[in-house]
Amino acid sequence: MSEKLATREAYGKALVELGAQNDKVVVLDADLAGATMTKLFKAAYPDRFFDMGIAEADMVNTAAGLSTMGLIPFASTFAMFGAGRAYEQVRNSIAYPKFNVKLCMTHAGLSVGEDGGSHQSIEDLALMRVIPGMTVIVPADANETRKAVFALAEFNGPSYLRLARLASPVFEEDYPFEIGKACVLREGTDVAVFACGLMVNESLEAAKLLEKDGISAAVINVSTIKPIDAECVTKYAKKCGAVVTVEEHSTIGGLGDAVADVLMGKVNCKFHKIGVPDQFGQSGKALDVLREYGLAADLIAPVIKASL
Amino acid sequence: MTTQELATVCRQVRRDIINMTANAGSGHPGGSLSAVELMTGVFFTQMRVDPKNPHDPDRDRFVLSKGHAAPCYYGVLAEKGFISRDEFKNFRQLHSILQGHPDAKKVPGVDASTGSLGQGVSIANGMALGAKVLGKDTRVYVLCGDGECQEGQIWEAFMAAAHYKLDNLTVMIDWNGLQIDGTNDQVMSLGDLPAKLRAFGFDLHEVADGNDIAQVVDALNAPGVPGKPKCILAHTVKGKGVSFMENQVGWHGKAPNEEQRQQALQELEG
Repeated sequence: MSEKLATREAYGKALVELGAQNDKVVVLDADLAGATMTKLFKAAYPDRFFDMGIAEADMVNTAAGLSTMGLIPFASTFAMFGAGRAYEQVRNSIAYPKFNVKLCMTHAGLSVGEDGGSHQSIEDLALMRVIPGMTVIVPADANETRKAVFALAEFNGPSYLRLARLASPVFEEDYPFEIGKACVLREGTDVAVFACGLMVNESLEAAKLLEKDGISAAVINVSTIKPIDAECVTKYAKKCGAVVTVEEHSTIGGLGDAVADVLMGKVNCKFHKIGVPDQFGQSGKALDVLREYGLAADLIAPVIKASL
Repeated sequence: MTTQELATVCRQVRRDIINMTANAGSGHPGGSLSAVELMTGVFFTQMRVDPKNPHDPDRDRFVLSKGHAAPCYYGVLAEKGFISRDEFKNFRQLHSILQGHPDAKKVPGVDASTGSLGQGVSIANGMALGAKVLGKDTRVYVLCGDGECQEGQIWEAFMAAAHYKLDNLTVMIDWNGLQIDGTNDQVMSLGDLPAKLRAFGFDLHEVADGNDIAQVVDALNAPGVPGKPKCILAHTVKGKGVSFMENQVGWHGKAPNEEQRQQALQELEG
């Protein structure tokens, strides 16, 4: 893992590539194009880019209208505003009528860093997951982000793509991506670690540390939170008899709960959720903030071990 | 269609509103009755739509931003032939296509799901913007309530309509002056609404009597200004056509009982 690239940057690049192939693709932003990286699309296809100003509610509903014309809108801002501030607009004017809008929100989670708790969205997965018919995707690295963007362009329906600000390792291995499919990145027999986003890499590193302690941890990248790959989750929970979920999100309502919903009453196994406990984030350098909340490989490993 | 024929449609739609809300035992007669001429005018004199092909990609679009006026919408859609009058008895009932507020998934002729106020203009903007991207001559109409203009998003959308020069968009405002808790001025004054709309960049057409179909049609037919969105600000009467409902705050979201239904229908006889 030599290269590092933020998923938001991979998103911006993928949009440009997609825009060249598909003239139905339009992109909206709310005065954050420089940060969400939609600026790359804006530069390439100015006639298909719409800055809606600092008006997120208006932006997502404009995207709804564009979708009814047969266009394929990708709407971006920070997760806090796209999933949070515009929540009810997403719920009622995009998801309720099943409109084909791609909500691609960046700066999700604690890894926003210095901007602090007001900007660190640790609830967006819960908010989006609870909406009927919403597809929720959290790519783990730049390559998966690109694949997710192209898959979403072919997909018809409301969807949410969660992206990060922080540059993160790009996996050397090129693994497949399919909406609704989890991907086993490391085999193991003692514990199944289900992770998403930046925590996939941390979990892989944690698994290496656990191996030294004689613990065999499987690491599964659950990039589609909804609809979750119940078959894969069930299979690995049964196989390992212990489950740990790791996410850069509240432990309420996100990946952990999605996995628990699959297993509850069906698979008898140990279960532990790692994420942000019921509290807000804070300012600091991204990696320091993640560490503060225990979201780093060397801090995750002992928690997994203790849960067994 | 002659003014007389349009007036006949309006009278029928008013009867539908009374019957639908009375049957359901709930719904919003007041703001449905005030909007009859605006919606009838748009659907019968402006919109290029085909009830036999409701999803025609080249059709004009309509968004009922004040979604609680659904009974009026359904009445107009039935008159146009999009839906059957037989559906009316199912309004607000389980498994009906006629939800309490319009559902685009269920009703032919409904282009957006609305009801949560403040969102329709943004959606209509997207349609108008989309038409421009695609090089289509699609016209987009959106009907807002006056109380709805207290939603901040309405003004976000007004700004965007002017910014993107959406001259294929017509915003209609049903200015009946009343909302749930009282008059606009009692609840949250809209201030000098015409001046605000002009300041936001609209080509503004104020209609003195928005319940006079001829005046509404004149405003709809008035040539627009290139590069500017059009706004029809129509002075209307909430509960129009039913004596005991007219200008009464209490008839915003209350259905007539059987006796009231009969009286209302009698008043709405051709």
